[in-house]
Amino acid sequence: MNEIVAKVLKGDARSIARLITLAENNDPDVMSAMKDIHPHTGNAYVIGITGVMGSGKSTLIYELTREYRQQGLKVGIIAIDPTSPFSGGALLGDRVRMMELATDDGVFIRSMGTRGMLGGLTSAVYDVVEILDASGKDIVMVETVGIGQAEVDVIKIADTTLVVLVPGLGDSIQTIKAGVMEIADIFVVNKADRSGVEQTIAEIESYIDIANTDRDRKTPVLSTIAKESKGISELIYEIDKHREYLKKTKRFDAQRRKRYEAELVEIIRKRLMDFIFDEPKFTGKVESLIDQMSKKEVDPYTAADEILGKILK
Amino acid sequence: MERKIRVLVAKPGLDGHDRGAKIVARALRDAGMEVVYTGLHQTAEMIVESAVQEDVDVIGLSLLSGAHMTLFLDVTQLLKKKGIEDVLVVGGGIIPEEDVPKLKKAGVTGVFGPGTHCEEIVEFIRKNVKR
Ligand SMILES: Nc1nc2c(ncn2[C@@H]2O[C@H](COP(=O)(O)OP(=O)(O)OP(=O)(O)O)[C@@H](O)[C@H]2O)c(=O)[nH]1
Ligand SMILES: [Mg+2]
Repeated sequence: MNEIVAKVLKGDARSIARLITLAENNDPDVMSAMKDIHPHTGNAYVIGITGVMGSGKSTLIYELTREYRQQGLKVGIIAIDPTSPFSGGALLGDRVRMMELATDDGVFIRSMGTRGMLGGLTSAVYDVVEILDASGKDIVMVETVGIGQAEVDVIKIADTTLVVLVPGLGDSIQTIKAGVMEIADIFVVNKADRSGVEQTIAEIESYIDIANTDRDRKTPVLSTIAKESKGISELIYEIDKHREYLKKTKRFDAQRRKRYEAELVEIIRKRLMDFIFDEPKFTGKVESLIDQMSKKEVDPYTAADEILGKILK
Repeated sequence: MERKIRVLVAKPGLDGHDRGAKIVARALRDAGMEVVYTGLHQTAEMIVESAVQEDVDVIGLSLLSGAHMTLFLDVTQLLKKKGIEDVLVVGGGIIPEEDVPKLKKAGVTGVFGPGTHCEEIVEFIRKNVKR
């Protein structure tokens, strides 16, 4: 087995960190490493935390982690922030709220930029979840801002998804993607020290009444004050309840299976795209087809067939 | 395959001014780097552990309080103790001329005083990253 994988399985932080970097960079070595990682996965429970910008997601993760640590559980955290489309750089600021956890060796925190490559983020996050899982973490939390489709896709990795909103909603429901409201397993109204909590809860509940009429489980709506550690054990209780519900109704395995399906599709899609768009013999062809399309010499479907025909043959 | 320079920006010590650190963090982002910002009042242990987990190429330390010698050196010593040799350490803040050689000798490879242009820091990092 790969030397780095052996160390990851023992929970060695430096090896975990290095393997994550390779996964993020799409390094060819990752493929063989993930072969050895995969059999050791499946133990970690994955919690997705998404929602409005600045709603207190990182503070909530910090509070949840403290509780889980008291239960003796090991925690991995993946904090995703948007990559600037202009420079390709990113300012990853979620750690600020979690610095107290930095020296706890039962906690591993990794910040990631979305990097904006055609779905590149999603495939890397699958790897990172698997790496943290294999390294012995009992809980893996993934934080994203719920604004783009990439973020919605990423959070589908989770077994339980929290959508975090704040009082004075009306507008805050508008700022997240509609798809984000739909993936919530639990709604959290954080900053409940502010006014308008009841109204916000009422608005979410009226949304739920419309949205999930066909479910045998009503999506709970909780309020928290993360900054004052209030409402955290209630939130953990609801997460546990959702987990039990998934297990009891056999949804857990079905949901995990869906995750593997999505991962497989993602890897195939990505490798096909790389194959077409990075391969020198194709780039020229792609460029000239685009030129021909602009001049109306060829239609889009015929152009696509020309490229695909070269691969499928 | 895409490789990005990752930088941890931290403020050790007790002073509460992180304006400078934030300006530098933004400039590094605008230069295409991934900047992990960790905020105020960091201990050397927090900084080094975070740098390990984030697998950064660079640690950027910012300090105004004048305690740079001990605080910067705590970080470089801890890195040495852990056998971490591939991370570039740079420091910024109000640092007297005579301390600069001592800092460089101790492993703070780049030292930047007030009024340093951000481009200079970007250039330095690009030239000196170790991997
Ligand atoms: N009033 C109040 N402020 C809070 C509460 N929880 C967090 N905050 C503050 O809200 C701000 C944002 O908190 P974060 O935890 O960084 O929020 P976030 O959702 O992770 O932010 P982004 O990652 O930037 O989208 C910080 O200043 C927190 O201290 C709360 O319950 N009440
Ligand atoms: Mg955050």
